[in-house]
Amino acid sequence: MSVTSASDRFPALPRIAVLGAGHVGPVIARVAIEAGFPVSIAASGDPAEIALIAQVLAPGADPRWAADAVGDAGIVVLAIPLHKFATLDPSLVAGKLVVDAMNYWPPVDGVQEMFEDQRYGSSEIVQHRLARSVVVKTLNHIGYHELDDERRPAGSPGRRALGVAGDDPGAVEAVADVIERIGYDAARLGSLSAGRLLEPGGPVFGASLGRAEFELALRAQAA
Amino acid sequence: MTPAPSDAVTSSAVDPAPFPLVLGLDTFGDVTHDRNDRPLSHAQTIRNVVEQGVLADQVGADFFGIGEHHTDDFPMPAADVVLGAIAARTARIRLGSAVTVLSSDDPVRVFQRFSTLNAVSGGRAEVILGRGSSIDSFPLFGYDLADYDDLFEEKTELFAELLKGGPVTWQGKTRASLHEQDVVPHTESGPIPAWIGVGGSPQSVIRAARYGFSLMLAIIGGSPARFAPFSELFGQALERFGRAPLPVGVHSPGHVAATDEQALDEFWPRYLEVISRYSQIRGFAIPTRQSFLREVGPHGALYVGSPETVARKIAANLTALGASRFDLKYGMGGLSHEALMTNIELYGTQVIPRVRELVTERTLP
Repeated sequence: MSVTSASDRFPALPRIAVLGAGHVGPVIARVAIEAGFPVSIAASGDPAEIALIAQVLAPGADPRWAADAVGDAGIVVLAIPLHKFATLDPSLVAGKLVVDAMNYWPPVDGVQEMFEDQRYGSSEIVQHRLARSVVVKTLNHIGYHELDDERRPAGSPGRRALGVAGDDPGAVEAVADVIERIGYDAARLGSLSAGRLLEPGGPVFGASLGRAEFELALRAQAA
Repeated sequence: MTPAPSDAVTSSAVDPAPFPLVLGLDTFGDVTHDRNDRPLSHAQTIRNVVEQGVLADQVGADFFGIGEHHTDDFPMPAADVVLGAIAARTARIRLGSAVTVLSSDDPVRVFQRFSTLNAVSGGRAEVILGRGSSIDSFPLFGYDLADYDDLFEEKTELFAELLKGGPVTWQGKTRASLHEQDVVPHTESGPIPAWIGVGGSPQSVIRAARYGFSLMLAIIGGSPARFAPFSELFGQALERFGRAPLPVGVHSPGHVAATDEQALDEFWPRYLEVISRYSQIRGFAIPTRQSFLREVGPHGALYVGSPETVARKIAANLTALGASRFDLKYGMGGLSHEALMTNIELYGTQVIPRVRELVTERTLP
């Protein structure tokens, strides 16, 4: 697959499809719209059911059926509870760049067999299941209430960093560009496996750190 | 599934907005420590909560709520029993849950317990339904968290039917069906006021509006103002469902002492200890003094300080959120019963009158 670059060479930003209209999805949709991206949002059913949520919480986001939202999207964000992931049809996002903003968080959401394999991070398991997509892990380690509040323009002192982890460098770049435009420094991690550092219990989960501190925390843990 | 519920549930709250200002207190039964900083027994903690509820009534709080919890540090699984004890020693204060974990309970039993409390208290019972932030009741009662949404949706629907007061016919997947079932005790004066506590899910806001429950925003971190769109969403959803306006409330944690400094000194070490413990269990970052002070400041979710500081913050956020109710979740594991009693006294005698004053000033032309 080819990944649409969102760099300055292509002034038209890619459309982002946010799958999920719960705690997290509308916040991601809103900050993406405010960063200039065209955004569609979808839940598991009829878009009419989330039209009001989109209108009030993410004005400008286009509520659609999931397949329609994904269809013309350059980037698909999975913002569904992880226990719903098993019901997601992988063919829905085949050929797409998929941002995994989900967490396997047993103390909060309960145990799920699919994610109990200690050898792999949750995003690696997501990638394994979405074999025809390219998965990038980010946005999982910032609270949805912080995502809105802590945005800062590029270059602001102490601007918060978010990790962006993936196996495909082009995909990581494309997603890092989204993170930067939304209002965070993107700290790139070169593999989904390294993305385990972004998970609950890891050194940066829920931590508000500038880039230098963020990268230091990752290195200290990886060492 | 039953047909869409009628408007009967809203009949207790059809007064046009603005709604009367309600200022209450909530506890989770946080374990308190003695003067040697040792934890009191669960039994003593529960008896102390009864004393706290009685004091809340004496000092003029409008509401006393107890949040269902099932852990060693929050030994409070049977809030209705404790509320019954408080009811027997008070005559004015309204009493309720904050919250009842409906998804792992039986709506019929919840209705029966709170309509019994309503009878015992002379019509002072309320119920706030929700999940809370802990999941302990799910494995305890044999529920799967993956079913959370279905459980809450179905049980909310049934609870809305029960509140109407007539014989109930209901069918679902999560409990036995009911056919023309008379559920007792009947309430004397219409439905028990019922709220849904929402922590950040817009779908829960829509659900509250659909079934005619009032909205309680649980704001425990970050900027309270970011919840303003939830109030708007609730109002618009009520309109869409053809319902009359219903009140919006706010539940947030805090601690009141004589001065800002004393409140911070008492609260911070306990907050750090409790949140660090949960950070470890849940794997998120431990709070820093800096992050704590941000939460205490004007753009954070904690109400820690002197009566004046706390009153100003409450009044400001009620206005920002279009809310008519504020419930302070007082206490934090490790504080003493005496510190909590002082908190309650200051809240009732100083914070409440000051908030009323500030809100009135704001609404005058």
